[in-house]
Amino acid sequence: MKIIILGCGRVGTHLAQNMDAAGHDVTVIDRNRESFARLGSNYGGKMILGTGIDEDVLRKAGIEDADAFIAVTNGDNTNAMAAQIAQHVFYVPRVVARLYDPIRQETYRLLGLDTVCSTVMGAERIREMVGA
Amino acid sequence: MYIIIVGAGKIGYYLTKHLLSAGHEVAVIEKNAKKVETIINDLGGVAIQGDGSDAGPMVEAGMNRADIVVAATGDDEDNLIICQMAKKKFGVKRTIARINNPKNEHIFAVLGIDSTVSYVDALVAQIEREIPAHSLIHLLRLRDVGASFIEKQVPAGSPVIGMPMHEITFPDQFLLALIIRNGKALIPKGTTTLEEGDQVIAVTVLEYEDHLDRLFRGELVKKR
Repeated sequence: MKIIILGCGRVGTHLAQNMDAAGHDVTVIDRNRESFARLGSNYGGKMILGTGIDEDVLRKAGIEDADAFIAVTNGDNTNAMAAQIAQHVFYVPRVVARLYDPIRQETYRLLGLDTVCSTVMGAERIREMVGA
Repeated sequence: MYIIIVGAGKIGYYLTKHLLSAGHEVAVIEKNAKKVETIINDLGGVAIQGDGSDAGPMVEAGMNRADIVVAATGDDEDNLIICQMAKKKFGVKRTIARINNPKNEHIFAVLGIDSTVSYVDALVAQIEREIPAHSLIHLLRLRDVGASFIEKQVPAGSPVIGMPMHEITFPDQFLLALIIRNGKALIPKGTTTLEEGDQVIAVTVLEYEDHLDRLFRGELVKKR
């Protein structure tokens, strides 16, 4: 699969390393060059410097024939906007956006976005583990 | 009308001031506490502190009864989400987004935000109006004697392209003095033709300065 990951933070790095190791064609976009250092020397995918809400940057990353787009920057609105561009401008078949703020999840669902709220998921998992 | 403005930078501030003085009901949502304080001190208790793309401050501001929402922050992604939330979650009919990167205008349109304001585009359009692509250049203006040397490029598609000088009527106080073609100077004679891209230099009294434009529009061609 050809996968584009926006945001080379902890989650982005983890996803990129795993999917690259699994043999997928991975491209990571981040606006800070230093962030790419997290990927380490084993990472064999591509790295594109730029902002993920810019059509030209997304094209450079190969979004036009991507199978999946994952938005995991630390900005909820950036993720939501980039995911919508991937969905409605480039028609990427699978688009997922990560959100921190659970209040926004409902709105983004109204916008037709598939979102993962790491805050809610984390809290639920912890509750399960505690058994409360 | 009830207008909610998100973002109290310079644009949000002066917009709020203007709309209040025009008699509208206005609320401003702004993240920065200092900017909120400035608005409250200068314009009254119309500002709410909070993230304008969070539902909380939107509810507090009474988003569901707003007639117009203006997203005027410096971040396009925030302005997009603010307008989308206003429309989808609160049913606001009119939303206006400030666009910082002109490239985003197309994206906003695709994503359903039809009313956008791009300052860069507006400035570019204004500049282009002020300075046409092939502008008249004043090489020298001799104000004392009421004459000037002017230069202008023959634009593509001009009806005088390929036309010899003797087919053109120039006013008495106007001389087409020099043509610069491919970097070479050419003193025009009656048989000399004008070509696209020629730099034409004329000597004229001030009142005929517009005659180079008229010449290139084909208005000085002799009637046969």
